[in-house]
Amino acid sequence: MIREYKLNQEEAPLYDALLEYRKQRMVSFDVPGHKQGRGNPELTEFLGKYAMSVDVNSMKMLDNLIHPVGVIKEAQELAADAFGAYSAFFMTNGTTSAVQAMVLATVDPGEKIIMPRNVHRSAINALILSRAIPVYVDPGVNEKLGIPLGMSIGNIEKTIRENPEAKAILVNNPTYYGICPNLKAIVELAHQAGMKVLVDEAHGTHFYFERQGPISAMDAGADLAAISTHKTGGSLTQSSILLSGPGMADEQGYLRQIINLTLTTSSSYLLLSSLDITRKYLALQGEKIYQRVLEYANYARKEINNIGGFYAFGKTEIDHDAFYDFDQTKLSIHTRDIGLAGIEIYDILRDEYQIQIEFGDLSNVLAILSIGDRPVAIERLLGALSDIKRRYGKKADQIAVNEYNQPKVVMSPAKAFYTKSKQIPLEQTLGKVCTEFVMCYPPGIPILAPGEEITAEVLEYINYAKEKGSSMTGAEDLATEKLNVIDQP
Amino acid sequence: MTMWFTENHTKDVFFAFKAKQLFSTRSDFQQIDIYQTKDFGKVLVMDERIMLTEKDEKIYHEMIVHVPMAVHIDAEDVLIIGGGDGGALRELQRYPGIKSIDMVEIDSEVPEVAQRFLPEIAGDFQDARFTLMIADGLKYVRTTRKKYDLIIVDSTDPFGPGESLFTREFYGNCFDILRTDGLLVNQHESPYYRLDAREVQSTYEKTKMIFPIDKLFQAHIPTYPSGHWLFGFISKKYDPLEDLQDVRWSKLDIDTFYYNLALHRGSFALPNYVLELIGKK
Repeated sequence: MIREYKLNQEEAPLYDALLEYRKQRMVSFDVPGHKQGRGNPELTEFLGKYAMSVDVNSMKMLDNLIHPVGVIKEAQELAADAFGAYSAFFMTNGTTSAVQAMVLATVDPGEKIIMPRNVHRSAINALILSRAIPVYVDPGVNEKLGIPLGMSIGNIEKTIRENPEAKAILVNNPTYYGICPNLKAIVELAHQAGMKVLVDEAHGTHFYFERQGPISAMDAGADLAAISTHKTGGSLTQSSILLSGPGMADEQGYLRQIINLTLTTSSSYLLLSSLDITRKYLALQGEKIYQRVLEYANYARKEINNIGGFYAFGKTEIDHDAFYDFDQTKLSIHTRDIGLAGIEIYDILRDEYQIQIEFGDLSNVLAILSIGDRPVAIERLLGALSDIKRRYGKKADQIAVNEYNQPKVVMSPAKAFYTKSKQIPLEQTLGKVCTEFVMCYPPGIPILAPGEEITAEVLEYINYAKEKGSSMTGAEDLATEKLNVIDQP
Repeated sequence: MTMWFTENHTKDVFFAFKAKQLFSTRSDFQQIDIYQTKDFGKVLVMDERIMLTEKDEKIYHEMIVHVPMAVHIDAEDVLIIGGGDGGALRELQRYPGIKSIDMVEIDSEVPEVAQRFLPEIAGDFQDARFTLMIADGLKYVRTTRKKYDLIIVDSTDPFGPGESLFTREFYGNCFDILRTDGLLVNQHESPYYRLDAREVQSTYEKTKMIFPIDKLFQAHIPTYPSGHWLFGFISKKYDPLEDLQDVRWSKLDIDTFYYNLALHRGSFALPNYVLELIGKK
């Protein structure tokens, strides 16, 4: 076992309560109106009677997520125990809401928060909601691969020294590419300076159950962590958990209030039961499962590197600083040596091989391996990459394109977002201050965030990404041909 | 115990016969059953789909082997993907010119069951020219350094363990290991029922993008869904009709149950609805 559990992880109180509910054959005169599926035959045929019969409302025996005192409370306590946390909060608005709750709970309007700029849009959205002021740390870049890293300790130390009044520091563990920062050192530095450590662990659920994986936020002593159990853990899409460390012990009630600001009052029991059952499964089987996933990933990495032209990077890229550790279940593949942009390979895999991978950017693609993978599927990915090499493989004539541009922040995201703006054609935006997001989705890391100056570098990146077929999102203009900028006289 | 074996051909259509179960096992990959029947002799069933019957297996195996061999008559190195029942192997072994026959079968239990229960169907697994490899077919064609003259894709249906053998990546990697005059023959499902027809279409779409010559031929196999079955003749150089080596093939004096040279030519004449399905009408 990775950690000694204090509670009996064989139990699944919320799941049991739903089974019991079904046995009671309750007649419902409450919502949802489909009443165990009877009111919507086509939907019931599609999703199944079983699922519909537990799509129910909060009630005494099933507890209530916004005020948990019964089975949800017990299920959350089991989750906290399984993940080695002080407490756990089930989220039904996705990890986005967990990230927002972390920021809102620790940073008041006008206060500073330290973070790398290569965060998910949900973190910058949280800055708009909280009106917090970001202090961006250069995450560092691996020049060979063109990817942003996890921040060097030197940079963090300097930023903390220069911004002693900052309330919190937010880190990715891991980044989308699987890169992990030196979380333990960051926690130590931040706590010495009286700052909270918030960890976006959307892609790190499995860290809690891997024997040899990177350290998890809770093990490193972080104060809050947002884990997307649905991403690599196996629960239903949109279900997520916010973990709290002992550093938040005195603020549990406040944290609950903050979560409730945006939490739906009709949380789905499909999502909630998926969290309860997933927690049980991971607590009991997680170590074995992720050991298998790791073996698949290491096999795939080796085979991909044998094809030639592709570089599935791994622990050899570790630099003991900004690239401190690597999540080996991520198949991050550098593609430039084959003469194709990552996004092109991403499109070819989907359109011509019916293989959907997580994302492609300009120089890399990412295939996520997880709880549901099988050898035959991995062979298909390897076979497809090998065939792409046969069809397209040419000499590397293109150098890695930098995925990260250091932003020129003119004003806080919140201030820019709420300032009067006008929409102008992209080509006329040079030097203007953007009031909205621009990003390729996935990965959803903003190229531009509200309050940043539109530089020549940024425009070049946007044009290049569009030319290579990236799907650009974030801007009001869905085609991203116009941008909202501050309406200066 | 006599019982009814039923195979669903669609959600609403099924095919059934009275049968006595002789053997049943669950391998790592699939359910394998052997039945004794009155009309079809012994029947091999995998994941509840009939793979072969003693009565009509010759039709399938002769067509999947003699059609390509009568064209590429000098083929020396042959690869069978799947085909663990040994029927295609048996037909190939009738060609003295073949130097090596490699079989890549994912499920080790299939050749074992075939040799034990279907010895008359299974070819000679001890032949010095023959090598059996228990491996994933897609992985094998991706990684092998050996070159082949002929690849026979004798797979199960495109769901279950055979799924990766109906993919573009599989055919692309096959292209790579075929010699410049090499060719590939695959079992191409049935054009009749709507869902099967979709598979015909999608497999054809994939192979025709990779190989310059891609033609379908047909056979009548009574125990397969609809009885109307297709095969793909997918080739780098040889055309199945223009390059048919009829004189040389006749000299080999191979005694067949179903295949003959007139049938070879005729089997490439497709019904209009099939031509339409593959966009050739």
